[in-house]
Amino acid sequence: MSTPKISVRNLYKIFGDAPAAALEQARAGMHKPELLEQHNHVLGLRDINVDMQDGEITVIMGLSGSGKSTLIRHLNRLIEPTAGEVVVDGENIMEYGPARLRRMRRHTMSMVFQKFALLPHRTVLENVATPLIVEGARRRDYEAEAVKWLDRVGLDGQGEQYPHQLSGGMQQRVGIARALTSNSDIMLMDEAFSALDPLIRTDMQDLLLELQRELQKTIVFITHDLDEALKLADHLVILKDGEVVQQGEPQHILMNPSDPYIVDFIADINRARVLRARTVMTRTDISPPEGAVEIAGTATLEEVITLGGGDADLVFRVMERGRQTGVLAMRDVLTALVGTEPAGAA
Amino acid sequence: MATYDWIFDTLGLRDWCDGSDAAAPMSMADLMSRTGSAPDASVWETPFPSMDALNDACASFPQSRDLTRGLERGFLDIKDSLSVVLDPLTQPLSWALEGALWLFQATPWFVMIPVLALIVALVSRSARLTGFILLAFGGLAFINYYDYAMQTLAIIAVCALIAVILGVPIGIAMSRSDRLERVMIPVLDMLQTLPPFVYLIPLIFLFSVTEPKLYGIAVILYAIVPVVRLTNLGIRLVDPEVIEAADAFGMTDRQKLFGVQIPLALPNIMAGVNQTIMMSLAMVVIASMVSAPGLGVLVLRGIRNLELGVGLIAGLGIVLLAVILDRSTKAALARVNAAQKQ
Ligand SMILES: Nc1ncnc2c1ncn2[C@@H]1O[C@H](COP(=O)(O)OP(=O)(O)OP(=O)(O)O)[C@@H](O)[C@H]1O
Ligand SMILES: [Mg+2]
Repeated sequence: MSTPKISVRNLYKIFGDAPAAALEQARAGMHKPELLEQHNHVLGLRDINVDMQDGEITVIMGLSGSGKSTLIRHLNRLIEPTAGEVVVDGENIMEYGPARLRRMRRHTMSMVFQKFALLPHRTVLENVATPLIVEGARRRDYEAEAVKWLDRVGLDGQGEQYPHQLSGGMQQRVGIARALTSNSDIMLMDEAFSALDPLIRTDMQDLLLELQRELQKTIVFITHDLDEALKLADHLVILKDGEVVQQGEPQHILMNPSDPYIVDFIADINRARVLRARTVMTRTDISPPEGAVEIAGTATLEEVITLGGGDADLVFRVMERGRQTGVLAMRDVLTALVGTEPAGAA
Repeated sequence: MATYDWIFDTLGLRDWCDGSDAAAPMSMADLMSRTGSAPDASVWETPFPSMDALNDACASFPQSRDLTRGLERGFLDIKDSLSVVLDPLTQPLSWALEGALWLFQATPWFVMIPVLALIVALVSRSARLTGFILLAFGGLAFINYYDYAMQTLAIIAVCALIAVILGVPIGIAMSRSDRLERVMIPVLDMLQTLPPFVYLIPLIFLFSVTEPKLYGIAVILYAIVPVVRLTNLGIRLVDPEVIEAADAFGMTDRQKLFGVQIPLALPNIMAGVNQTIMMSLAMVVIASMVSAPGLGVLVLRGIRNLELGVGLIAGLGIVLLAVILDRSTKAALARVNAAQKQ
């Protein structure tokens, strides 16, 4: 695996009057409820270690209050940590002075907010051009670039409107265009789609995936919605009470939840729709008996079942890039659809 | 025998009390009580152990008027050195007021009234309001109150302008420092609750009554409060997520202040300016007692000479001015609000 684009190391954040003392307790093994009860300090984050790879979407998921926003705000230092470091492109950003930090925020990272956070007194075009205006660009310098991104997110010709004249979905498109205008490698998105209604939300997810195929940015995406997480994530990090309970490839987490908390979390999803043939198959290149149907590794189990037409004894050949990578028996498909106990809990 | 003799006796201070018998000044009350024979004191009439009551028991104990006199002496003692600093500092205010008074009165009415109407038309973009302004000033001029109205207007223009120029930066500073806010809020509360007459008193001692800055300072002190408060409040109320966005895109503090915080706080700041102007008007009237010219002088004349008609008409003129100022600034405020409703 290549060196990560962003690397969070041993990050602690404690809210309160005397975080240093509480930090010792947290380091000694104290968790969020006890720390609040005994020391009256809120444990925001506890010993976070996450690597985020270049060109991937890392999704951070957790319930309300689990520390997602706190974590993402450490990546551009909107919040200062109590201990630990964040390494971006090989540099520990905690060592940056104010000027260097501003340069990083202007060129390396951009951010999309849950409630859009557009400037209400500026036009849509000016909002989109914010990263360039901050750098001192005049209208004739930024106009072409801003219009380009505005068109790209599907808001052609809306540049002279004011944000309050647009719908929520359109405003968030402006938010995304604003982040793209900075041409930064990294995009931070804090519950960017949570304020939108479900249909628009799906549209926005599709837009994001489409942009991502084209631009290959490093995206850190926060959500409390598992379906959204599974749709977008290359790497999934699950937070609970300020701690990482499990992280990894989403399909792997679905098949091997390490904690009852995660089992609860994934209990309600439609597994047939998110699990893929590749995840459930038995890895082998020995051909199954004649007549086995070929399917793609990325096919969802739902597609596999439809293809099987109710025959429980079928065996499929799973193909990737023209080669067989494994076989998939319908029996395994059915087993995978029933949830898994947490590893070690059985 | 005074009620509280025993305190000084038990404390063993009797010698100290009798030591400086002659020093205690004689008050009218003292004289009165000397002449009549001391009545039998019942328990019901036990006086509060106030300074004066204790002084009865012990002549060396200071009386309450020593306190007020001490304050007065102290003030008079520092007055000269205070004047050395304050005089040159406030002199420009006198010039500004004199200049404005001259300008507003020297400009002929057929220039002044259209100019005022034009200004109102520009800030409010309302033909009705502009028409009303023309009518109001025409009416005031017709009954020969034009000059007085102009004097009042000139003083308000200068004082409100200075209050805003000073008040907005103070409000901004307060919004950025919780410590400064904690210090300033009691000061603002005091300025707002002190009866205006009270801070005229030290000002009269500091400056001569013939100087315009005397009433200028009084007006500014009184009127500055709302613009400071509302600037502070407005900036603190700016959506924190928008501030976060400004930070996340690498704005400097300066860009954030002028590009985000002030524009978003503008409706509140403008509301503060409106209040400041209205309070200037209120204070200008009171400041007539210390030589501020304008409609207030007529009100004062109405009271002093019992000229009922003069006082009432001048009062009506003040109301008219108030309505004019209020409507014009509110119209400007409404335009700001319309430009950035969320
Ligand atoms: N400034 C602060 N002072 C004190 N506690 C804070 C502060 N900011 C966050 N917290 C606490 O830290 C914890 C994590 O908060 P955070 O906002 O990161 O949660 P979240 O996962 O983003 O939740 P949500 O889904 O509601 O946005 C919460 O318990 C919260 O109360
Ligand atoms: Mg959050």
